[in-house]
Amino acid sequence: MATETHGATEAVAMPQLDFATFPNQIFWLLVTLVVIYFVLSKIALPRISSVLAERSGTIMNDISAAEELKLKAQDAENAYNKALAEAKAEAQRISGEANAAIQADLDVALAKADAEIAVKAAESEAMIAEIRDNAADSVKVVAKDTAKELVAAFGGKADAKTLTAAINARLKG
Amino acid sequence: MATEAHGTESSLAFHPMDQFRITPLFGDGDVHWYTVTNATLWMGLAVLGVVLLLVVGSRGRSIVPSKGQSLAELTYGFVYKMLEDVGGKDSVRYFPYVMTLFCFIAFSNILGLLPLSFTPTTHIAVTGVLALLVFVFVTVLGFVKNGAKFLELFWVKSAPLALRPVLAVIELISYFVRPVSHSIRLAGNMMAGHAVIKVFATFAAIKLIAPVSIAAITAMYGLELLVAFIQAYVFTILTCVYLKDALHPSH
Repeated sequence: MATETHGATEAVAMPQLDFATFPNQIFWLLVTLVVIYFVLSKIALPRISSVLAERSGTIMNDISAAEELKLKAQDAENAYNKALAEAKAEAQRISGEANAAIQADLDVALAKADAEIAVKAAESEAMIAEIRDNAADSVKVVAKDTAKELVAAFGGKADAKTLTAAINARLKG
Repeated sequence: MATEAHGTESSLAFHPMDQFRITPLFGDGDVHWYTVTNATLWMGLAVLGVVLLLVVGSRGRSIVPSKGQSLAELTYGFVYKMLEDVGGKDSVRYFPYVMTLFCFIAFSNILGLLPLSFTPTTHIAVTGVLALLVFVFVTVLGFVKNGAKFLELFWVKSAPLALRPVLAVIELISYFVRPVSHSIRLAGNMMAGHAVIKVFATFAAIKLIAPVSIAAITAMYGLELLVAFIQAYVFTILTCVYLKDALHPSH
């Protein structure tokens, strides 16, 4: 490409200092810069910046949507917790009521049983008292008989009335 | 490119600078200002590269980007963030301008690494114009935005009063040296790398040295790939710094 053209440039050791080529380079440089500038400012840069803006917008939207969903999930969790707490309270109430009912029944049954027991106890006591009285009477009879026999054995003839009085007095004392 | 016509006088002919020649693309003759040259061709290819990366790459406009679109967005985000971080929020208005500079330089540099190619950014005429455009733009912008307050850039308020005039002179000189360093840094870096590769390539003609030479070319090529990108980055970030100075001149 560059072999045969030793025209204006031959004399100069450094082509950079060959001022004859300066107008050419400067002209084409300016053309190039203007072309690049217009391509960039009219087409490329607005397009890329709009794509970037759109992308960041999409990301923002996605993030806010995610945030919304998170809030919804939180609400759902709260509702669930609330329902759970209510159910627990209800269960507590029901079990309390049941307890109270059972307690009432129990109380009634207990009272009844107590009453029955009291009646039975009274009956038993009466029976015991009777038995004791009977026993005391028996003792009196045995004592009278024994005393009579003893008196008879000593050769006396016991007057029944005196004997009974004596024994009664003895038993009382 | 640059096959030597003087190959007869010795076995080794060094013409590392031939690759930088500006030659007409069609036919011989003088290089007029309108002549279509190799510089025109490679600048045009840079435009094509920009279009391929940023226009064709982003044509999907999808929310989940394709590979090409990712690359386009990456380039966009890289330059945009650089401008925003260095130049501040209000400098993003000049984003298309900064992006144009970055794209042109990056594509010229990287396309210039193709064998037999021509690199427009190795020429001081090109980088000088780029730097001067930045310099004039920034200076005009500074005065338009801040009026006479733009001169506070040279009046270092944090220094003692006695030192301020001295510093003002230094600041003024450094301000006017900006376009020089801005342009020569880019052209110098690009030119040096290409010239060094060419010298190594010439050595490859000797059988004994050829393996070393080829290994050196490979290594240099990797380095140059890095330099091509870094120089585009440096040029752009300095533009951002100058823009910041123009928008907020007080220290």
